[in-house]
Amino acid sequence: MAEISTRPAERAAARARPRVRWSRIATIAGFLLPAAVLYIGLVLLPVIQAVYYSFYRWNGLGPLQNFIGTANYARVLGDRVFRGALTNNLTILLLSLVVQLPIALGLALLVRHNLRGRAIFRTVFFLPYVLSQVVTGVIWNFVYLPHGGLISTIYESIFPGATPPALLAQPNTVLLALFVVITWKFFGFHMILYTAGLQNIPAELEEAAQIDGCNSLQTLRYITIPLLGSTVRLTIYLSVLGSLQFFDLIWIMTTGGPVNASETMATYLYKFGFLRFQLGYGSAVAVILFVLCFGFSLIYQRAVMRRDFE
Amino acid sequence: MTTQHVHASAAPKRGVIDAVKYIVAVAFALIVLIPLLATLINGFKSNAEVLLHPFGLPTVWHWENYTGILQSAAFWRQLGNSTMVMLATSFGVVVLSSMPAFVFARMNFRGRELLFNFFTLGLLFPAAVAILPLYITLRQANLVDSLWGIILPQVAFGIPGNILILRGFFATIPRELEEAAAIDGCTPVGFFVRVLLPLMRPALAAVAVLTMVFSWNDFFLPLLVLNTEKLYTLPLGIMQFQGQFGTDWARVLAFVSLSLVPTVGFYLLAERQIIAGLTAGAVKG
Repeated sequence: MAEISTRPAERAAARARPRVRWSRIATIAGFLLPAAVLYIGLVLLPVIQAVYYSFYRWNGLGPLQNFIGTANYARVLGDRVFRGALTNNLTILLLSLVVQLPIALGLALLVRHNLRGRAIFRTVFFLPYVLSQVVTGVIWNFVYLPHGGLISTIYESIFPGATPPALLAQPNTVLLALFVVITWKFFGFHMILYTAGLQNIPAELEEAAQIDGCNSLQTLRYITIPLLGSTVRLTIYLSVLGSLQFFDLIWIMTTGGPVNASETMATYLYKFGFLRFQLGYGSAVAVILFVLCFGFSLIYQRAVMRRDFE
Repeated sequence: MTTQHVHASAAPKRGVIDAVKYIVAVAFALIVLIPLLATLINGFKSNAEVLLHPFGLPTVWHWENYTGILQSAAFWRQLGNSTMVMLATSFGVVVLSSMPAFVFARMNFRGRELLFNFFTLGLLFPAAVAILPLYITLRQANLVDSLWGIILPQVAFGIPGNILILRGFFATIPRELEEAAAIDGCTPVGFFVRVLLPLMRPALAAVAVLTMVFSWNDFFLPLLVLNTEKLYTLPLGIMQFQGQFGTDWARVLAFVSLSLVPTVGFYLLAERQIIAGLTAGAVKG
């Protein structure tokens, strides 16, 4: 008996010995190393390489020897197509913040409680998020078909004889048409985040406000939304980063056209880096994109989200 | 009496509000569902009928649109490639994220937070930024035009976010459990394998399922990495099919519908895990 009872103490003592600490270090290293290799090799290093490449004129095949300093950056920033792409990213960003997020919040509040079938509604609203962007893009290409598409058919039945607009083919409507698809695909994601945030609000607080004479709108305005603050700040953050990096849907639906009207920084990067083999120039675009995302992240996290981490 | 009066006047108002709520919810549900249902149904029509009457049921059900695709080797090969990539990526992410997450959640050592920040820094790096040099790296490693060229980067980009998610989950295990295991002679590795992983099955499932969705839907990486048709994943297959049969919308929509079936089925089965993973990642991120 006595022998058994001393074992824990012995083991505890054994663990404190330096010999065992080496095994701890080995464990830590062994557990971190495999992930570190992949992560450094395929995530960190490429970003650093992009900075390096961006100072060269390079077609991706020969040796890197044509150092041109910051000429790539000057060319990117001076290119009207790039500035148009950046503007398009910012337009998508702005529309996402003022249209998509309020819709998502409204629907999250709507399916919150007292609505029969709310689980089904939630499942339906979130469904587009799990579809691939390729599937989404092809389906919406069909929806937007100028002849025989869903929208043009509705249009023709309302205005018989009129020619329905080719929304994806006109430079002044293409971005808005794409934004509708983006909203269709992503509002469910933000709705789910809001729903999760709403679940963390204690029901007593809202009940107390009602007892104190708040009507439902006032409760919403003064209790629910402020308590949802951290989630709102988070969805804004994710929405901004997503808007800056947009590629798949746009590549599938318009490849940035017509005449660059729906170009984004990522489609621009792809066109120069991979289709025209200007890897140095494409890298400069990548670095600018990186600086925008990284800069935004740092500033936003410091200034806006800081209190949410505490 | 007065309370009764209040209730009496509130009830019809409440009924109106509920009706409005329903109308809005149903309207949005229709906006989501109509394009999907139209895709499914128009896949059964002749192409001429799709373009003439995209709404409504087909006059003649053209099953051959669907059966033709189901009999093509390309469709099944793409399905197989997507499945392989998805499973391998998901396995890799679960293993390679849970190990560092364990270290960051359960072991104390100097520089831990620094290392943790180092690993999660990758969250701020968009894939688009790394993609050009990544392509060069893959080419040097002879991984261009191979499924590994998709799997490895997908795992690498999945690591930062999932370490973050899993660390949060792993930290919830009471310290007493770890002490008890240590007293019973369990090494940290033994504790990780025999106690923590089995306990954390729901969290691991959330990470696995979420990774599967992202991997299955990935378009950018396969677009760059794969050249050979035999290696195409389903998203590339859809693009190729649309390129081939671009004007034959009935067949394109049938192809899209068939590729939707596994996704939607999987979603209905694993909705809870997908949402758990997303909210955990987002809230902790």
